[in-house]
Amino acid sequence: MNATPATADLPAEGSWEELVTLALLGTGRRTPPAWAAGREVPVAVLDAAAVATLRRRAGMRPGRAAARPEPAAPDPRSPLPPAAARRLAALLADRPGSGGGRRGAAPDLMELLPQWLALAGARGFAAPAETLPALLDAARGRTDLRPAALAFAGPRALWLARLNPDWRFALRSVPGGGAALPGPDEPERTRQVWEEGLFAERVALLTALRARRPAAARELLATTWGTERAEDRLMFLDSLRSGLGASDEPFLERALTDRSRNVRATAAELLSALPGSALAARMAARAGSCVAVDRTRETPSIVVEAPHECDASMERDGVVPKAPAGRGERSWWLGQLVEAAPLGTWPRRLGGRTPEEIVALPVTDDWRDELHAAWCRAAVRQRDPGWSRALLGAPSAPEAGGPGAVSLAERSKLLATLAPTERADWVAGFIATHGLSEAFQLLGVCAVPWAGPLGRAVVDALDIARNAGSYPWSFSGVMGLAERCLDPLEAGRLEALTAIPDETEHAAPGAGGYWAEAFQRLVTTLRLRADMTAELSPPESGRASTTP
Amino acid sequence: MTQQGVRWTADQVLALAPDPASGRAGSKLGTAGSWSHTGSSDEGTLWGLCRGSGSTPYQTVVDIADPTGPACTCSCPSRKFPCKHALGLLLLWAGEDGAVPRGPLPDWAERWREGRRERAAASRTTGAASGTASPADPEAARRRAERRAARITAGAGELERRLADLLRGGLAAAEQAGYGMWEETAARMVDAQAPGLAARVRELGAIPASGAGWPVRLLEECALLHLLDQGWLRRESLPDGLAATVRSRVGLPGSASGPALRDSWLVLAQHDTADSRLTTRRIWLYGTGSGRTVRLLSYGPAGRAPELALPVGLAFEAEMSVYPGTGRLRAALGERFTLPAPTRTRPPGVSTPVAAARYGEALRDDPWLDSFPVTLSRVIPTPDGDSWQLADAEGDFALPLTAAALAGPGLWRLAAVSGGAPVTVFGECGHRGFTPLTAWPEGAGEAVPLC
Repeated sequence: MNATPATADLPAEGSWEELVTLALLGTGRRTPPAWAAGREVPVAVLDAAAVATLRRRAGMRPGRAAARPEPAAPDPRSPLPPAAARRLAALLADRPGSGGGRRGAAPDLMELLPQWLALAGARGFAAPAETLPALLDAARGRTDLRPAALAFAGPRALWLARLNPDWRFALRSVPGGGAALPGPDEPERTRQVWEEGLFAERVALLTALRARRPAAARELLATTWGTERAEDRLMFLDSLRSGLGASDEPFLERALTDRSRNVRATAAELLSALPGSALAARMAARAGSCVAVDRTRETPSIVVEAPHECDASMERDGVVPKAPAGRGERSWWLGQLVEAAPLGTWPRRLGGRTPEEIVALPVTDDWRDELHAAWCRAAVRQRDPGWSRALLGAPSAPEAGGPGAVSLAERSKLLATLAPTERADWVAGFIATHGLSEAFQLLGVCAVPWAGPLGRAVVDALDIARNAGSYPWSFSGVMGLAERCLDPLEAGRLEALTAIPDETEHAAPGAGGYWAEAFQRLVTTLRLRADMTAELSPPESGRASTTP
Repeated sequence: MTQQGVRWTADQVLALAPDPASGRAGSKLGTAGSWSHTGSSDEGTLWGLCRGSGSTPYQTVVDIADPTGPACTCSCPSRKFPCKHALGLLLLWAGEDGAVPRGPLPDWAERWREGRRERAAASRTTGAASGTASPADPEAARRRAERRAARITAGAGELERRLADLLRGGLAAAEQAGYGMWEETAARMVDAQAPGLAARVRELGAIPASGAGWPVRLLEECALLHLLDQGWLRRESLPDGLAATVRSRVGLPGSASGPALRDSWLVLAQHDTADSRLTTRRIWLYGTGSGRTVRLLSYGPAGRAPELALPVGLAFEAEMSVYPGTGRLRAALGERFTLPAPTRTRPPGVSTPVAAARYGEALRDDPWLDSFPVTLSRVIPTPDGDSWQLADAEGDFALPLTAAALAGPGLWRLAAVSGGAPVTVFGECGHRGFTPLTAWPEGAGEAVPLC
């Protein structure tokens, strides 16, 4: 220890250093020191060393204090209720791989951690200090957990991260590396961070400023735009996505002439999401000239005349001229024009029809899939629920389940533009008709906990799958989702499904037992989630405190 | 001791877990969904059926009224004790109102409990019988003790010669001699029935590979081993306390012969060390009335937790009797009067210079003491280059943390609990530095175990 040995009065037998040297070399090779005369020298050295050792230990004094760390910033949030703190410790202790093997009927606690963190964060609780190392480790191992874990961990976790290189990621992941961002009334500091800060700090500053004052963020970006590196320009431009408005148009128009193709494409994409922009109008005109209603036919049909060339002005507006391998150039250009044109163009252009009526129109010459796919991308980009609804169609329609013009991935994006209830109802209808095998992606965009009809549709479909005699692991994806997303209130209804059914002829061997186990796990997990939620109820509405 | 009506906390239950994995597995089973036909009796027996992967549910019974600690049985194949089902049942009982209702014992639970109580009664009778038998032949016992003392004396003499040879040839040569020489010497000490000497010799063997400064450490430990040999050889002329310490350090078993000390004991720390054969649990307790700090030792075979489990930060009323020797730190748990319950009491703390002085004073009673239990108050965990120290919040002094403390996860829990503010820390203070075991945050707040 870096303590000061008591060296004031040395033993008569010599200094400690002398003893160590003597012992190291061996008394056989040295002339015995005067004090050892008349005794067996090695024993005399051991005697002296024993005395000296005890003196050194007994005389030990503390060392000098190093510079003490700056205290962590205070965390004003309220402390976790004790039961919730224990739950958090249990969730954090359940590392992946710790159980090993088949999951059995026990819930997977690690999967519940994201939900727990979101809930605790939303209810304004502070993380208990002693859990911060485990929280940081969890955030380090799982990037999906990182934002929620770091937000919940709070300022003290960043203080801790500065002391441990393993946790440096936390400083990068959090806006400004934990140092408070300049406020709205600090133009000088804002400018300084923008001009001298690290890239991550600048992105954080721009994002934060954009959320508060969109115009100020854009103006700040404009001050250095010309001198930024291309990949940085792309990242900065991306931050304009939030709070995008008509006043951003002039800046984005200028970015259309950027040296970097990616920057140009992003600027065009942003402009096309502004239905009133000049670019949107230009694209509307181009797309409109390609699509029309042919009234001469028996039933009115859409006729498509894809562009014959991609001229310089189209390219300037973000149209990528070179088609990917295997795609025709003309359909490639058409797709981009329709995708970028404001959806409001079409009812005017196509005889005052509603989106539903337009989608229902036949399309000549096999252009239907191309056209509908482009409209889907436009509906997603412009977040247009009316068009999304029309393009999704009825959930019970036969083509809703199969590979049609609109893939399941596309469908889930369209669903995301609808209100949560409508989304849940559509997916419930889809599952009721088409079963679960295609529903996974669609379930992923539904709000948690699942609305009543959706939850019931999923449970009914699982029950049907069980009765059909398949194994539960064919549905493990949906089962896992259900554990995280089903409303805990459904636990009671599920109870009947946890019994082991009698084996029927057509059932797979042993499937009944596995299903019972899977449903047990589902019920247990739902109960656990209900407990978690109750434990996290705010102190004022909670029951009497359990601490004595 | 009666336990019915007293609900445990989840922490108390989890402290029984033989390893962290069992605790986690048990936590998952501590919900009503996993159980059926649960019940509890007025005498403190819990039972229930837990559905596993097979078609027959496991039958789990826990007897919490057993005075030596909870006893349990389970029809599952796990060899852990207690198994996750027993932990789950205890958690269910601890957590939820009405989840384990009062009721009559089912036959299968009744059979186990009766069998267990009969066996316990039988072993008490035989224990009492052998207890009365041993003093019946004090002469034989005395002769056995003399024979063993003679063996140890021979061993100590041989060890003295080996140490002298080492010093004659020089410690530098010990680096080349390697581990084998020490192993052989240690085996000789085992033959001499001096396990304490054997353990010290084995530790000597590891020093030459322990990095910079090893000659100093080797000389220190050789000198202290020599001191122990000399203490044994001249034990007749030592004062009683020191003679008892020498006997205990050499490895002779002692018994807790001190008077029973009744107090309210605050659990300061509980930490386990394990090797391939044995898990050793050390529990530090602070008597809030007497101001005494004592240590309980409890052992379990590898893979099983020692049976004694006391959650940190709780306090309970009990009698302790202290073992003679080694600074009278070791105690045996006597009768317990209450179950561990939460308390706001914290141990009083001292500054770092006082802590160092305490260790120095303790060396008077036990010169072989590596560290001494002490609570530091108002210290700030402070990074110091590659190392850390505990610095007094007021004043310029600091104790460095031991290498073991730096390597463990407890360091970061300690730093997190402090956040740069003064904390109270209980730990072991010695010549290698300070090993923090438990921390209390500034202001109110529960004890945070660091080990």
